[in-house]
Amino acid sequence: MTAAATTPDAVIVRTPAEIKRSRYLGITYLFLAVVVLWFFARWSVDLGNFTFKLARPTDPSAPDLTLSAGRVTLIVGVILAAMGGVQLARGFGKMNNLVLAIGLFLFIFAFLGWATAQSSIGAFSMVGMMKTTIVRSVPITLGALAGVMSERVAVINIAIEGQLLGGAFVAVVVASPLTGGEDPTLILGSPIGGWIGVGAAVFAGMLLAWVLAVLSIRYVVDQIIVGVVITIFVTGMTSFLALRWLADNPELNKGPIFKSIGIPLLSDIPFLGPVLFDHNIFVFGSFILVAFLTFLLFRTRWGLRARAVGEHPKAADTLGVNVYRTRYLNVIIGGAVAGFGGAFFTLGSVGRFDENMTNGRGFIGLAAMIFGRWHPVGAMAAGLVFGFADAMSQTLGILQTGIPSEFLGMVPFIATILVVAGLVGKARPPAADGQPYIKQ
Amino acid sequence: MATLELRGITKRFPGVLANDSVDLKVSSGEILGLLGENGAGKTTLMNILYGLYSADEGEILIDDVPQSFAGPGDAIAAGIGMVHQHFMLVPVFTVTENVVLGVEPVGPGGVINIKEAKREVREISQRYGLEVDPDAIIEDIPVGIQQRVEIIKVLFRNAEFLIFDEPTAVLTPQEIEEFFGILNGLREAGKAIIFITHKLKEVIEVSDDIAVLRRGAMVGGADPATTTEADLANLMVGRPVELVVAKEDSEPGAQVLTVSDLVVLDDRDQVAVNSISFDVKAGEIVGVAGVQGNGQTELVEALTGLRGVAAGTVTIGGKDVTHATPRQIHESSVAHVPEDRQRSGLVMSFSITENMVLDGYYHEPYSSGIKMDWDSARSKAEELVEQYDVRTPGTEVAANTLSGGNQQKVIVAREFGRDVQLVVASQPTRGIDVGSIEYIHERIVEERDQGAALLIVSTELDEVMALSDRILVMFDGKVVAEYRGGAVTAEEIGLAMAGAAT
Ligand SMILES: Nc1ncnc2c1ncn2[C@@H]1O[C@H](COP(=O)(O)OP(=O)(O)O)[C@@H](O)[C@H]1O
Ligand SMILES: [Mg+2]
Repeated sequence: MTAAATTPDAVIVRTPAEIKRSRYLGITYLFLAVVVLWFFARWSVDLGNFTFKLARPTDPSAPDLTLSAGRVTLIVGVILAAMGGVQLARGFGKMNNLVLAIGLFLFIFAFLGWATAQSSIGAFSMVGMMKTTIVRSVPITLGALAGVMSERVAVINIAIEGQLLGGAFVAVVVASPLTGGEDPTLILGSPIGGWIGVGAAVFAGMLLAWVLAVLSIRYVVDQIIVGVVITIFVTGMTSFLALRWLADNPELNKGPIFKSIGIPLLSDIPFLGPVLFDHNIFVFGSFILVAFLTFLLFRTRWGLRARAVGEHPKAADTLGVNVYRTRYLNVIIGGAVAGFGGAFFTLGSVGRFDENMTNGRGFIGLAAMIFGRWHPVGAMAAGLVFGFADAMSQTLGILQTGIPSEFLGMVPFIATILVVAGLVGKARPPAADGQPYIKQ
Repeated sequence: MATLELRGITKRFPGVLANDSVDLKVSSGEILGLLGENGAGKTTLMNILYGLYSADEGEILIDDVPQSFAGPGDAIAAGIGMVHQHFMLVPVFTVTENVVLGVEPVGPGGVINIKEAKREVREISQRYGLEVDPDAIIEDIPVGIQQRVEIIKVLFRNAEFLIFDEPTAVLTPQEIEEFFGILNGLREAGKAIIFITHKLKEVIEVSDDIAVLRRGAMVGGADPATTTEADLANLMVGRPVELVVAKEDSEPGAQVLTVSDLVVLDDRDQVAVNSISFDVKAGEIVGVAGVQGNGQTELVEALTGLRGVAAGTVTIGGKDVTHATPRQIHESSVAHVPEDRQRSGLVMSFSITENMVLDGYYHEPYSSGIKMDWDSARSKAEELVEQYDVRTPGTEVAANTLSGGNQQKVIVAREFGRDVQLVVASQPTRGIDVGSIEYIHERIVEERDQGAALLIVSTELDEVMALSDRILVMFDGKVVAEYRGGAVTAEEIGLAMAGAAT
């Protein structure tokens, strides 16, 4: 044997992808630092203080947070600049994501502080904004969960938007005639009729999911096309019925609104109590579903089989797992979750149905599913990010900063895009996602 | 004592009679070697036995009782277990999750008792000497270990009848010996085993009885104690087979391919090719041996421009092509026979003509301006089909209607059908019939004799040894050994493939 020359091992401390990402993050931090120092810090020199209210009059008391806008923006700007420098020079290794989260938090904090100090009001309710964040995240999270259930078994569900909208419509139409009249006994914040409406919405979601399942699993129609068609169908159908039927029968479009329930003791905690523990059943329902579906997918026999079907259906099949049945059931469970989320738009919020009232939340839910890496907890985290963006642009509208609120409203979205591009990296969908399984 | 019997099994696929009235019998404590070349119908037959396909005719009997399997679940329940040719493991699951999938030990509420599962995996792994880490993720462990997981999977289901479909294809010679040890252990434990292979030596070494399948039909049996490799080859192919490649000694000329300190990363950004250097000279065949997954795929992709280079340089014919595009490399007279012919070698739904001009469609004479000249493309395709002995009804049929061997000949015709200075061929004969293998080997030697430099990557050790003038062994992303062709034994190379040589 001619011994091959022993070469030293290649030393790859950071892979090209890591280096690229580090550079990207570093530049992002520097860019944010420039924004903070140039726009916020300079302008806020004579702006004085800002106040974040941590309690509303009815909440358990909590002190206000009052700080000097000039100082806060200056400090945050310097920290961001330092972070950018370190990131470019050597990166933060395993801490990259944590640092990113901190950086983003600081930036948003400084931005809000500046915007508040700018405005003539000089103060705003932080507790209100956080509560809104949670409420706004609910339909997105539920939509994302529906996507997770379906895509974990490799069926792409683009029909979430349609399922939400269908649920919203059915819920109010069923619940309205069953309620009304003298004051009823409330079960968890709603008369029994409201609950029947929710049940009907869940059923409607399951029905739409069943259509998706049959067409894409049994008849192997392209899943994207089926999903789009279902959404278009539901949008058209509900719009038509709302205009032609509900408009003439307003009593059918006056559903009960689920009332908030404060969880004893927990809701008395200052700040956190009102933010987390004083909501209606849809919000708590989404928390519970996230926990339950995580448990189902990652701890139970059912979940193991479902994930196997999504990753390698043939392997599952060779072990006697029924690929088709697993797919049907999961897609339909996903539909139930989406139907529940749909009911939130009407019974959980305004009590009436309006044409196309989901307004793309289902598609944002789809995005949340991807950002959340096909995991229920990730889906909720992503849902919260979108909810926060929503709540923040609402807050900025109230503050009247002098800059067009449409423009300011974009800031959170731009921040979100920056984060997602940097943070998500290469998310890996279930290996068989979107591929029909055809047996010999 | 249990027996498993197949009677008159027939299975047709569109245009193919995959199994033609096949009979087969195996009993406890016995290893039946099922021999047949690629495409003979071995996998199809076993898939029927395992309930994955349903037979058009024939029956399956266990202890003389006819069985009917609606799916693998029924076959498993009847005591049949199968280690598939292409492993049926979920890459992102742990070893334990893969083993228990489908028969999970559960507590109340369907919660998997993962502790209990791990304990059982450990127990089987100790009892049969199949060492694995129950917590390892499948995609992180080498194929040899993945195979152990497959075996544990079968044993976990208490199978009495074990089917191994070409289990040795992915193993080093040493691992094969180890595997035979496991097979013998299973036989002593009273299991009935069907061992499938197309390698003559193996079937003689380990079987108690041999059955030979050719073109879907059972053409005979043999007694391993008395038969010879030549007899078996004759039976398997239907004619005497030339077991060695005829070639003269090489006369290496100038360096054509020079690789220095090359580092390439895999899809997960791990180092796959770890700072390697070598060269290939004109008129020389350099074979790269190694167990699948030791960086060969990434090496070939980097050389042909399909994958970025993290560090180091590649020159071809004196020109630096480290960061060249695939087309630039192609235009420096490099032929590439890719590893997966159906995914990267051909467009399966395109006609043979279209596939033949895939690399040259954009210039004269196949096109001018934005317009294709199909007449000249067709006449070129006809010429190549003729010259390279592609068995096809015509040049306008889709590539997916050809057999694997003929598909491979289409690729070879396209790639060799012009003047090349370097050939990079990966698994040039994987999964094709003996006739086509012989043909492609002849062509490879012919290219060498015409002065091309050839780099042949193959996990088939026999192929590397038969073709190469020089052999490089890759292990864990490095070239761990280099030999002169003809001056080394399979055992020596095998040790290097397992990383034993340094
Ligand atoms: N799913 C299928 N559809 C159509 N033809 C198939 C299918 N599976 C195998 N074949 C064909 O059946 C024949 C036998 O294949 P196979 O059983 O895989 O052979 P072996 O395992 O002996 O190599 C081949 O000609 C192959 O092309
Ligand atoms: Mg086979």
